[in-house]
Amino acid sequence: MTAVQLERPTTSRRGDAVFKALATAAAVLILVALAGVAVFLTLEGMPALQAEPGALGGKDNIVLYVWPLVFGTLLAAFLAILMAAPLSIGLALVISHYAPRRLAKPIGYLIDLLAAVPSVVYGLWGIEFLGPRLGTSYGWLEDNLGFLPFFEGPASGSGRTILTASVVLAVMALPIITAICREIFSQTPTLHQEAALALGATRWEMIRMTVFPYGRSGMISAVMLGLGRALGETMAVAMVLSATGVVTFNLISSVNPSTIAANIALGFPEASGIKVNVLIFSGLVLFLITFVVNFLGRLIAARGQIKEGR
Amino acid sequence: MTSTQDRVAAAPASIPLTRPQLPSWAPLLVAVVAVAAAALPGLLLGWGLAPMVLIAVVIFVVALPTWSSAVEGSRKAQDRLAAALVWAGFGLAMIPLGTLMWQVISNGVPVLSAEFFTYSMRNVVGEGGGIYHAIIGTVIVTACAALISVPIGVMAGVYLIEYGAGSRIARVVTFLVDVMTGIPSIVAGLFAYALFVLFFGPGVRMGIGGAVALSVLMIPIVVRSTEEMLKLVPDELREASYALGVPKWRTITKVVLPTAMAGIVTGVTLAVARVAGETAPLLIIAGDTDSVNFNAFAERMATLPVYIYYSYMQPGIPPEFGQERAWGAALVLIAIVMALNILARFISRYFAPKTGR
Amino acid sequence: MNRTSFRAAIVPGAAALALAVTLSACGAANETGSAASGDGESSGLSGTLSGGGASSQEAAQNAWRAGFQEANPDVTVNYDPIGSGGGREQFTAGGFPFAGSDSYLTDDEGELSAAAEQCGGDPIEIPNYVSPIAVIYNVEGVDELNLSPEVIAQIFNDEITNWSDPAIAELNEGVELPDESITAVHRSDESGTTENFTNFLGTVVPDAWPHGEVGEWPIDAGEGGNGTSGVVAAVTNGTNTIGYADASQAGDLGVASVQVGDEFVAPTPEAAAKILEVSPRVEGRPDVDMAFDLDYETDEAGVYPIVLTSYLIACQTYEDQETADLVKGYLSYIVSDEGQQVAAEQAGSAPLAPSLAEEAIAIVDAISAE
Repeated sequence: MTAVQLERPTTSRRGDAVFKALATAAAVLILVALAGVAVFLTLEGMPALQAEPGALGGKDNIVLYVWPLVFGTLLAAFLAILMAAPLSIGLALVISHYAPRRLAKPIGYLIDLLAAVPSVVYGLWGIEFLGPRLGTSYGWLEDNLGFLPFFEGPASGSGRTILTASVVLAVMALPIITAICREIFSQTPTLHQEAALALGATRWEMIRMTVFPYGRSGMISAVMLGLGRALGETMAVAMVLSATGVVTFNLISSVNPSTIAANIALGFPEASGIKVNVLIFSGLVLFLITFVVNFLGRLIAARGQIKEGR
Repeated sequence: MTSTQDRVAAAPASIPLTRPQLPSWAPLLVAVVAVAAAALPGLLLGWGLAPMVLIAVVIFVVALPTWSSAVEGSRKAQDRLAAALVWAGFGLAMIPLGTLMWQVISNGVPVLSAEFFTYSMRNVVGEGGGIYHAIIGTVIVTACAALISVPIGVMAGVYLIEYGAGSRIARVVTFLVDVMTGIPSIVAGLFAYALFVLFFGPGVRMGIGGAVALSVLMIPIVVRSTEEMLKLVPDELREASYALGVPKWRTITKVVLPTAMAGIVTGVTLAVARVAGETAPLLIIAGDTDSVNFNAFAERMATLPVYIYYSYMQPGIPPEFGQERAWGAALVLIAIVMALNILARFISRYFAPKTGR
Repeated sequence: MNRTSFRAAIVPGAAALALAVTLSACGAANETGSAASGDGESSGLSGTLSGGGASSQEAAQNAWRAGFQEANPDVTVNYDPIGSGGGREQFTAGGFPFAGSDSYLTDDEGELSAAAEQCGGDPIEIPNYVSPIAVIYNVEGVDELNLSPEVIAQIFNDEITNWSDPAIAELNEGVELPDESITAVHRSDESGTTENFTNFLGTVVPDAWPHGEVGEWPIDAGEGGNGTSGVVAAVTNGTNTIGYADASQAGDLGVASVQVGDEFVAPTPEAAAKILEVSPRVEGRPDVDMAFDLDYETDEAGVYPIVLTSYLIACQTYEDQETADLVKGYLSYIVSDEGQQVAAEQAGSAPLAPSLAEEAIAIVDAISAE
């Protein structure tokens, strides 16, 4: 477009140059900021490698300190996604295919409202509402499914377990996954869908034959992004979870692994000296984990788009 | 189960053009029966509401497909099962929203008063006090965050669409901005802390640090919405402007951006709504205080989310007053965030460029 | 069309901005009010005093700040609850003119010397905050519970796991203890409460509690609660739970009496305050340093031994007059009768015994500028 360069006043050309430089600088600044996050966290996190056991809660080195936290983070996020993914795909289908057109939009708003609730309020809700109510059912799980290592017990009466935290995380990841899935589902070519229906497929068969195959990569990336959110969510977990920093698959007892983010939020306000570096180091680990997950999620999404494009 | 045999038996006789169908009121009937079946023993045995609803839903999800499978065949039954499950999932997802809203409103409304909005927590021990300082802090921190991220975000969006379109760097930026939307908020807080520590020494707490942390979360959202909106601006507008001899930067500022303005403002409003409720980064870098602080560049600054967190977790003695204030503040915070969301929808609906003309 | 939509869209933004500006134009109703109501009665003190440290003192500090600021409307006192370690670090680095700390300064890491160097003389240490740590429990049908230090240690060390354990039953004749497992609740965050609680157990019953004094819970058993309120909530909401927390936060929960000598003592502020009277001073400290080595093993009658003591750390001299006056004024208020009463009411702490208070007042009165 700019190739047609007729005689123009020099001021505007200078304006063009300045404006373009500004725009480019803004774009580059984002790259710098992202790199800055990694660089500054590394810079402030590195001293933690020399931390003494006193600053590491009695653990001998930083790896032993971070590992249970990584475990807890992954466990909580994985459980959350296990619950949220099928539910979100169902919700997205409600909006895109099941609900009458007039209802679809309000339902979409309702789901979006879930995303608008601040995480600290989810924390309040988790402690006051969800925890005690789930706590009563944990006793039942222990009695009837106690042979599974997950429900070994002893069941926590207050319900502030990793399973409760995962439920809260699932609720928080739900709107993200739903939003992306419904976008993908609604992009399914109408012709494909009508063709399937014309061949006599039921609605569910049509969805299985046209919507799911078309949206597969989108759904995977949506789940990855939801996972990213669940991995990094802080306050709700910090408030709900009763954490001891162990490594266990027991989901309903009061002895639970903590997550990186919750551990930082709980420890940071009163940390000083090398402990700050230790927490920042664990934050760096969290950053790397979420970066990889989001990177893969976006990569899968981008691949899918390229495939569609051809 | 029996349907396959039925089909085999029925096939040779004649080929019907339609298959038997459940009447249109079948789901309703099953629903009524399911509710009754769950409510009767429930009321007799004194169960709570939750198990009754659960059992009713289970009965419905099992009974309707079974009936359908007997009459309509397994394909239809599967279809009905899928529909029932999907709607049950929707109901399940509404439980958190409903209970959360109910709880926040019922706990929060009694706390609201003129004093609650105009008092800070300075010199307040026990009862009384308010959230004025926290509201001020939230307004200042989010306004600063917006001041930082809107110019950067919009300009980056302009670059991606108007200048860099298709170039390698633009593709990398687009991709990384997407990745950046997934940065955990607490990591953003740690980043701001690590950055400010270099200048101000350990233990630094200030409002502007919170704004920087929130910017890290906000910029990607602003870039994405700007990008999407600029893509929607028809090329004819740009070309018409170029044809009149208007330089490119004037075209962008006078034609392209104004056309996309409603969408961009919507995106910014949504971004503000998203970060206004963030707690973790502010807990790290902005800290908490009980007095009003207008200066973002010095000392701690209370914000609503952090105020809620501390009021609830460290309520003082007796704990009731602090926890009540936490609920009241939670109600106010949700109201602010929701209002911003609604404002965004309003802007996008009423100020959107009229396309299709 | 474009320009109109642009203008129209900017209106809400401008309105929001205007609202923000009007809002920020005035302070909080109570803040401006209190400054105005300073009807010439003020002591002439003015300025800002910013200290910080132990979060255990926070409730008491809030009460003291409120009281002091009301008496001196031109003064602002900040107390930053950044933890004892952070408080000492900032104090020795000169960041805080005074600090609160759950443990006294020692030279294990050179803090005492550093503080002396920063102050240009021996630092002042005053045990300004003594609060009983209660062993709280929630067991249906059990209104009174007696426990010995050894049993407490075994419960929290996951060795006694059932309420009907003979060791508990032995101490509680006539009380019907349920045959249920014990959920022991502890602080999941690092805290002075945990530090003092484990210090007590480690000193009195080192065999039953081999972990010594720790700030962060050392074993992977029991339920964790975040903050005092988290522990109280976990004990309240759970069943057959036991935990430890500031006695003032115990609320309606059951509170165990602890065996001292032959009797069982309930955690009252008075009983807690007595421990300072029976405890020896740390040896080799100057007069201005009121550091105590708590005698947890005392069998003196009526002493409740599980206490949290927190110190005020300050300098004897300050470089400028204003800081010296402010520190002197604020600290005088804290150790005064009125200050100790306010903290007792608002934070449930134990007022200093008269003899100790007198000593503290004398030390504080000597604070001056160089």
